Amino acid sequence: MPLTPRDEKDVAEAICAAIAEDAPLSIEGHGSKSSLGRATQRERVLSLAALAGVTLYEPQELVLTARAGTPLREIVALLDAQNQQLAFEPMDHAALLGGARDDATIGGVIAVNASGPRRIKAGAARDHLLGFRCVTGRGEIVKSGGRVMKNVTGYDLSKLVAGSYGTLAALTEATLKVLPKAETEETLLLRGLGEEKGLAALRKASGSPYEVSSLAYDPQGDAAALRLEGPEISVTTRRDDLARFLAGFGGATEVLRADESRAFWTRVRDAEPIAGEGVIWRVSLAPSDGFAFVERLRGAGAPLVAHIYDWAGGLVWLRLETAADAHATAIRAIVDALGGHATLIRADAATRARVDVFHPQPSALASLTRRVKEAFDPRFILERGRLRAEF
Amino acid sequence: MSLVMPLPEQAIMARREELLARLRAILPAANVIADETARRAYECDALVMYRALPLVVVLPETVAQVSAIMALAQEMNVKVVPRGAGTSLSGGALPLEDGILLGMSKFNRILEVDFENRCARVQPGVQNLVISKAVEYAGFYYAPDPSSQIACTIGGNVGENAGGVHCLKYGLTTNNILGLEMVLMGGEILRLGGKHLDSELYDLMGLMTGSEGLLGVVTEVTVRLLQKPVSARGLLLAFPTVEAGARCVGAIIARGIIPGGLEMMDAATIGAVENFQPCGYPLDAGAIVIVELDGTPAEVDHLVAVVEQIARAEGATETRVSQSEAERLRFWAGRKNAFPAVSCIGPDYLCMDGTIPRGRLPEVLTRMDALAKFHGLRVANVFHAGDGNLHPLILYDASKEGEIERAEKLGADILRLCVEVGGVLTGEHGVGVEKRDLMGEMFDETDLAQQQRVKCAFDPQHRLNPGKVFPTLHRCAELGMMHVQGGKLPFPELPRF
Ligand SMILES: Cc1cc2nc3c(=O)[nH]c(=O)nc-3n(C[C@H](O)[C@H](O)[C@H](O)COP(=O)(O)OP(=O)(O)OC[C@H]3O[C@@H](n4cnc5c(N)ncnc54)[C@H](O)[C@@H]3O)c2cc1C
Ligand SMILES: Cc1cc2nc3c(=O)[nH]c(=O)nc-3n(C[C@H](O)[C@H](O)[C@H](O)COP(=O)(O)OP(=O)(O)OC[C@H]3O[C@@H](n4cnc5c(N)ncnc54)[C@H](O)[C@@H]3O)c2cc1C
Repeated sequence: MPLTPRDEKDVAEAICAAIAEDAPLSIEGHGSKSSLGRATQRERVLSLAALAGVTLYEPQELVLTARAGTPLREIVALLDAQNQQLAFEPMDHAALLGGARDDATIGGVIAVNASGPRRIKAGAARDHLLGFRCVTGRGEIVKSGGRVMKNVTGYDLSKLVAGSYGTLAALTEATLKVLPKAETEETLLLRGLGEEKGLAALRKASGSPYEVSSLAYDPQGDAAALRLEGPEISVTTRRDDLARFLAGFGGATEVLRADESRAFWTRVRDAEPIAGEGVIWRVSLAPSDGFAFVERLRGAGAPLVAHIYDWAGGLVWLRLETAADAHATAIRAIVDALGGHATLIRADAATRARVDVFHPQPSALASLTRRVKEAFDPRFILERGRLRAEF
Repeated sequence: MSLVMPLPEQAIMARREELLARLRAILPAANVIADETARRAYECDALVMYRALPLVVVLPETVAQVSAIMALAQEMNVKVVPRGAGTSLSGGALPLEDGILLGMSKFNRILEVDFENRCARVQPGVQNLVISKAVEYAGFYYAPDPSSQIACTIGGNVGENAGGVHCLKYGLTTNNILGLEMVLMGGEILRLGGKHLDSELYDLMGLMTGSEGLLGVVTEVTVRLLQKPVSARGLLLAFPTVEAGARCVGAIIARGIIPGGLEMMDAATIGAVENFQPCGYPLDAGAIVIVELDGTPAEVDHLVAVVEQIARAEGATETRVSQSEAERLRFWAGRKNAFPAVSCIGPDYLCMDGTIPRGRLPEVLTRMDALAKFHGLRVANVFHAGDGNLHPLILYDASKEGEIERAEKLGADILRLCVEVGGVLTGEHGVGVEKRDLMGEMFDETDLAQQQRVKCAFDPQHRLNPGKVFPTLHRCAELGMMHVQGGKLPFPELPRF
């Protein structure tokens, strides 16, 4: 039975009690992703689900504040009604991990710095977190940042907590920058170019002035996809300009109109094209290295079942056949040579206990990372063992 | 002057000769500046009211030298202040009398331009504008554009998380860098990020950005490059009052339009600008708003029409739309000259920098006026209206008895007002020494202690740029203590709350 605090003071009390008893705590939003990452050494679970509700929303100011346990879908619906959005497009893991769709909390989304295909233009969750309140692993209530768009008062701790997987602090409230939704969108598909050329077309387009907001290549359908968003008039002219700009690559062109386009990118966002049996990896690299990475992996004999490229080739989702080390050695060796990082997103618990789920760091960086953890949580009370076996 | 810096440590001063000798073993003799006259050139940054003569100035040329200097400083317990171009407006690069001033000006090369991955690797001493100039031929640029961009360096931009008029749409420094190389106080060299997106585990690059030289010395930056929009047009909108201008800004954003630039000036600034270098601003306006829309010509034409219509509905007395590139630049010329122009109407000015929720603008301006009257000074206003970032320029005359102190008091009152309405002490210029003692207005003791613990993770002896940002220096050992209040719970296994 998880502890379910109702306010920030309760959260602080629960964490202080855990410190006093040296009882490691796991933090949960809806617990939809507890099978991800390293298994935590936990004695208790602290659920933030009851700490819910939007406390401030000013559409004109482009700002929204919500308690950490607020369901993401509630926030999305509220924004939708004002024609606004979370521009970083948080992904939904249901296709990869099972479970119900749309079951994340905003605290969980920030804790994993989740973002989708628009990442390359609009930024990640980290770029949209203006400020927050939390309870640290020392049991102290701390706030940082603010609610305004430009702020350099003190250290930007928002960047630290975004993507910290609950290992530094339990977020209790987050203030986010929200943005207007585009009036419409369209997707230009180039089919039949093959993987290497398809990806080259994406990179060319990403350096074009046509403000392409998402660029993915799906080998399953041999489709290079380019999303354009904005006012109707702008989208149609840019689509034509872009098609001309890429004409040299050849291939058949096809256009997905508004709703089709949205559905397409939701599938890419959630990595649906690679769903199925096996282990799943997520690799972030320089866009021009995406294809080289996959080629080398094939060359190393890895049993690749399905893959998809997002972020103009800079993000590769992979599904491989199961193996004792989940192919970590092969994948990491290639990524280390190219530069970037690889995360094991899905594998059974025994594998995740054996293999580093997150990319190993050089020693100076690893010890700094540990000192930062200690600055917030010196007793390793929160999510102990989530990131690394040692902390 | 109200600012108190920690007293120079005599133990450090006493070992100056030894320090110089050991620095000369690391660097060519010409790169160790010990002579007093030469050191004077570094005695302040753009916050000129505070000055201090550095113990020694060093100008390293390689990362290995930076690393060796840092390790030496750590070993000898000497403080280090990193410096780019010294254009900081908050005293972030103010030297310490018992500290090494680490000038990064010789790190001035662009190491790699990679259009395919839309990025460039540059050394920290490269000026912001130089990056854009270097990639212009291929249609690219680096988006964050502080007004000081001819002079300020990318290392200093990272130090301050600098912004500019493009930042409403394209983000600040933090949103436009991909990788950093840095040297820690002990001399360790770290690389964060690279050409890929998002760090795994803690985003230390995000933390470094805006950390005002307190956590490490940046020795290389990978910046994101953007393709220049195919076209851009400007609108010059005049309003009878600042309130009307502010309403128009809100209405534009509410309509879902995020312009490439959205700036506002009040009557005092308009007058100063027209006096300085006339560019045709309407002199009878209470406020003017400059809007820049960029994108494809079709999109820009469409948006120009929408914005013009919004402006009329909000009571604009005049709306001009640029018909040529020259005219667009003319609209901006006055805004870009606002600071020097204002310095012609009063001998000195103090440039403040707070951000407020945009909707509170009219109220804040009215109350700011009252505060200025109370202190017997004048204030001119230019602001990044789109994101609520204000730059009140407080006019004063340093030669008049007590005016500096009054200007400082007014500045502090203005920043307190910003925080009171839900804003922050600084939007882009940093805390430095200038706003250091106001940090308590925004943060309580616990918040500040947590920030300083982060500092301890990087620099446990507080040798890197001490005396900046935090009002009181705590020792890391004391910050590490835990106070567990909750104590033991009687039945820990039972669900609570
Ligand atoms: C190890 C791991 C890796 C993941 N990788 C990615 C990824 O690369 N990209 C992506 O888009 N999504 C990723 N996710 C999925 C992400 O968790 C979901 O999209 C969604 O955010 C889960 O919401 P939830 O409320 O169910 O979170 P939960 O499953 O309950 O928690 C997810 C993580 O967030 C932490 N957390 C939850 N609430 C809080 C809070 N209030 N304060 C502090 N920490 C909190 C938890 O401790 C846990 O580490 C990952 C999740 C985990 C656990
Ligand atoms: C006329 C004028 C207009 C300005 N307009 C703007 C504006 O529009 N927007 C804006 O944001 N700012 C503006 N500024 C402020 C200033 O230009 C910026 O803060 C700029 O980023 C400072 O860069 P610099 O190279 O001069 O850094 P410096 O002033 O030398 O240093 C700034 C800070 O960064 C640290 N630092 C410098 N280099 C490094 C390094 N390599 N590693 C670690 N730390 C380092 C220093 O210790 C210091 O704390 C303006 C200043 C002036 C004088």
